[in-house]
Amino acid sequence: MLPIVFFGVTVIIVLLMQLLTPAQRAAAYVRSENQMNQIPQIIQQYRLDEPWYVQYGLWLQRLSQGDWGYSRTTNEPVLTTLQKRFPTTAELALLAILPVIGVGILLGTAAALNRDGLVDQVVRVLSIFAWSIPTFVMGIWLLVIFYGLLGWFEPGRISTEYVIQIAQGDFRRYTGMMTIDAMLNGRFDIALDALRHLVLPVITLATVQSAQIMRVMRSSLLDALSEDYVRTARAKGLPNAKVNQKHARRNALIPVITLSGFVMIGLINGVVITETIFNYPGLGQWAAQAALSLDYASVLGFAVFTAIVVVIANLLVDVLYGVIDPRIRYA
Amino acid sequence: MSRTDEGTPTEATAPETTLPAGDLAPARADSWLARWWQSKSMRRFRRNPLAIVGLLIVLAFVVTATAAPLVTTPSRSCLRDLGLTAATAEAYKNPTNPAFYKIMFQTPTTCYMMPRVGYSPIPQTPEVSGTLLGTTSQGYDIFYGLMWGSRTAFRIGVLVVGIGLMLGLIVGATAGYLGGWVDNVLMRITDMVIAVPALVLALVIVMVLGNSIINLMIAISAVAWPSYARLVRGEVLRVKELEYVTGAQSIGRRPFGVVMRHILPNAIGPILIVASLDIGSIVLTAAALSFLGLGPELGYADWGQMISFARNWILGPPGQPLAYWYTSFWPGLVIVLFVLGWNLLGDAFRDVLDVRGNV
Repeated sequence: MLPIVFFGVTVIIVLLMQLLTPAQRAAAYVRSENQMNQIPQIIQQYRLDEPWYVQYGLWLQRLSQGDWGYSRTTNEPVLTTLQKRFPTTAELALLAILPVIGVGILLGTAAALNRDGLVDQVVRVLSIFAWSIPTFVMGIWLLVIFYGLLGWFEPGRISTEYVIQIAQGDFRRYTGMMTIDAMLNGRFDIALDALRHLVLPVITLATVQSAQIMRVMRSSLLDALSEDYVRTARAKGLPNAKVNQKHARRNALIPVITLSGFVMIGLINGVVITETIFNYPGLGQWAAQAALSLDYASVLGFAVFTAIVVVIANLLVDVLYGVIDPRIRYA
Repeated sequence: MSRTDEGTPTEATAPETTLPAGDLAPARADSWLARWWQSKSMRRFRRNPLAIVGLLIVLAFVVTATAAPLVTTPSRSCLRDLGLTAATAEAYKNPTNPAFYKIMFQTPTTCYMMPRVGYSPIPQTPEVSGTLLGTTSQGYDIFYGLMWGSRTAFRIGVLVVGIGLMLGLIVGATAGYLGGWVDNVLMRITDMVIAVPALVLALVIVMVLGNSIINLMIAISAVAWPSYARLVRGEVLRVKELEYVTGAQSIGRRPFGVVMRHILPNAIGPILIVASLDIGSIVLTAAALSFLGLGPELGYADWGQMISFARNWILGPPGQPLAYWYTSFWPGLVIVLFVLGWNLLGDAFRDVLDVRGNV
């Protein structure tokens, strides 16, 4: 199934590209302005005027050989940009997953165990509001308050003075993730600054997704709590906490795991918008910029990359099913 | 049943000249409207205060969208396209004038463009610009944008749901009714499209097709149909097994006729409601794209674009940190309310109907 998803997605993308003229498709491989008069040669070299299935095959071949085209937005090959910016985005996404899972599952559980109580009411109203604030509105509002009014957090990756220090000094990049690299270099001031710049983007990115997890966790735990085996467990005298944790919650997690595949997709959507708002130099910001300047190679590269991420996320979801519910096994 | 209770002696304090309530009530309950109003699901819906709030918000937006032309002052090019001059500028507010019908139902594109109050690169407060809510940078009137933006929102929402539903009906009904390998192939295609992040796919489509409101709608329809296809397929599978469908098949109706005349009419109700509740999230996707700059053309009355104007005005001049608050506050508030209204309504309806989409 998973390879099929990947091939399906790439076929859709290549078919969409057929709406462009060969010359426009050739622009994805132009590296400098003096190459502009070599468009016919590029079309020939990459065989961009062939039927789409031939182009698809050739394109896949080039992808596998590492030729993803040339990004005009960053003035370097697409694959280089992907490699450079991936850690930056991963840092943001990983930090956002923590509150999504933590807040979402904890509050959802608390709400279900207190059904119709105060906690439940507050959580439900909160989740419906959090679910209704679009990422881009929330990001802008947070910036107006915490950057414009209070001046606590700034957009961007790190403060300007550190950018200069990093460019001049012997700051080594080990992982590409600013916080971790800074700590490995022993520069805790930079790590703290990098974390400070992550606060608003993480909140923006995590809010909608945690609201979703919260809602699903609550309703599936309510379902589980009304199951016969939970009543049996209570009847044989197990302590409440144990019944809730072991019998109810574990079963209630299955729909949440199903949802987490969708949360991953939501995070990719969110990253594009969040990074654009906060001027955060990751993949999403690059893709949005590239789409605006009709930089096809970059946008395609990003789309293929997201397809790979989605496939991996689905794989993880399948593995998690097996961990949570040993009855589910894959041959 | 509840009606007969009202005729009990406890309430029979009325003088004998008037008819007892018990005699009138059953007649009222017989009309389909009353029966619908008294039905179990409607009563559950009415008892839910959040659902009522949602309904009120959505209705308020419907009123706003309808009345937008009457409470705003259109630009000169809009007046020109309505066939009006400066002297007859108010004529479109008069229902006896043909311009009224034109601006209401056949709105020229120029009327959707936000009029510009001056060309100042800096946003201006209501007092300075003489507009109700101020202007964005480049002098676009915020109030006009918000009012007409609600028209844009409904236009996008309704059309995308319509197109998406059409595609979903074709794919879902074919897959569900024919089954076998057709079902398998169609549903795998559906899975694929669902697996791509909607925003990324829509981004590619708008980029390839170019910026315009039509292309924006095409792009969002292209990512919206798979969930409808799944929904339709599920309903078709359910209805297909009913006996009257076997009956229709056995008298020799062709498959197309069976699906169109027998299966879909019985399956479409909940699908229509669930699909129309998607308007909120569809408008959200549209606004997100146009926030990124991949939406309608510059100056089109569209909430996402207005928020993207506000991006450059987060910081006020020194000493006045919130000087340009109105550029981001009003468009943001309107989008949040719109999405909130649909979400509240959607939640309540999904509860009542017990129909689950994807997830």
